Amino acid sequence: MEIVSAVSLWLIPILIGFILIYGTFKKVPTYESFTEGGKEGIKIAVSIIPFLVGMLVAISVFRASGALEYFMNLIRPGLEAIGVPPDIVPLAIIRPISGTAALGMTSDLIAVHGPDSFIGRLASVLQGSTDTTFYVLTVYFGAVGIKKMGDALKVGLLADLAGIIASIVIVTLVFGSM
Amino acid sequence: MVNIIWVMLTAIGLVFAMINGTINEVNEAIFNGAKEAVTLCIGLISILVFWLGMMKIAEDAGLLNKLASLFRPIVKKLFPEVPGDHPAMGYMLSNMMANMFGLGNAATPLGIKAMEELKRLNGGKNEASRSMITFLAINTSSLTLIPTTVIAIRMNYNSASPTDIVGPTLVATFCSTLAAIMIDRYFYYRRTRKG
Repeated sequence: MEIVSAVSLWLIPILIGFILIYGTFKKVPTYESFTEGGKEGIKIAVSIIPFLVGMLVAISVFRASGALEYFMNLIRPGLEAIGVPPDIVPLAIIRPISGTAALGMTSDLIAVHGPDSFIGRLASVLQGSTDTTFYVLTVYFGAVGIKKMGDALKVGLLADLAGIIASIVIVTLVFGSM
Repeated sequence: MVNIIWVMLTAIGLVFAMINGTINEVNEAIFNGAKEAVTLCIGLISILVFWLGMMKIAEDAGLLNKLASLFRPIVKKLFPEVPGDHPAMGYMLSNMMANMFGLGNAATPLGIKAMEELKRLNGGKNEASRSMITFLAINTSSLTLIPTTVIAIRMNYNSASPTDIVGPTLVATFCSTLAAIMIDRYFYYRRTRKG
């Protein structure tokens, strides 16, 4: 597990160093390329504002009204028995459906429970380790006119479930249990 | 689907507010939620700009193409129905590389291109071929190498170590991708046994 922590610390700096040296070696105008790519980042950040506003308001209302607590208490006993924190359930449900909605949920969980709490870390790993199955399915199949999806949806959702289980197990192993 | 969930969250919240008498908290939550979302997005700009800038250098230096050729032998094994030199293979590899480096916007058009080629390989039929399902399974299991957006959110909320989830995310991603491939294989063999 120490290796996993070391990777966390070193991966980004090493990757940045490597890209810069490799780019210089290949005679890329590094600084100009960097600024050109960076412009895209501003566009993305601004374009997700409406998605996050919509989702965070809905979640905040749901939480502040006491509804979230009510439903959490309903599912708590069963889930805690098998080591699944109930707070993660709404995120796990919405993750395959909408990427931006899931991003809103993740930031809400991190804000409420703290980024270095068990839930905060689990939400972080979950957000990064699965993708939006329904989005990929509709966009990719829709764009080329595939009507019969076969087992695609089943396979995608089962893979998401595997990702959720893997996230819970790994976060528990690396950072200790809740 | 997301429309229904969104309305349900809000509507159920409002009903609970009436029953519980938490309407004051709910009023406050509406405005705080909106404010927090905007603050968060502004906070995301820093890392997104930096990371996408770095990725542009990697792309211009031909690093993504190089990686794609490194992964080609493995990916070939996953798609036995696609000839190794077919354009579909190239598009799928580029799509996976873009996904690995968090270039979601670049990955989607490449993925659609790959699907077009796969459809052509499948005789233009409107049903999903084996390769298409495998490609989707790999895509939905996520291939992210570095979860930049998540790191940015953690920084925003003053994490003591925003990047400490990078290693665990890598391991989890590896597990979910491996599981996706195995699940896909299982369903394929079940189909062929039946049909």
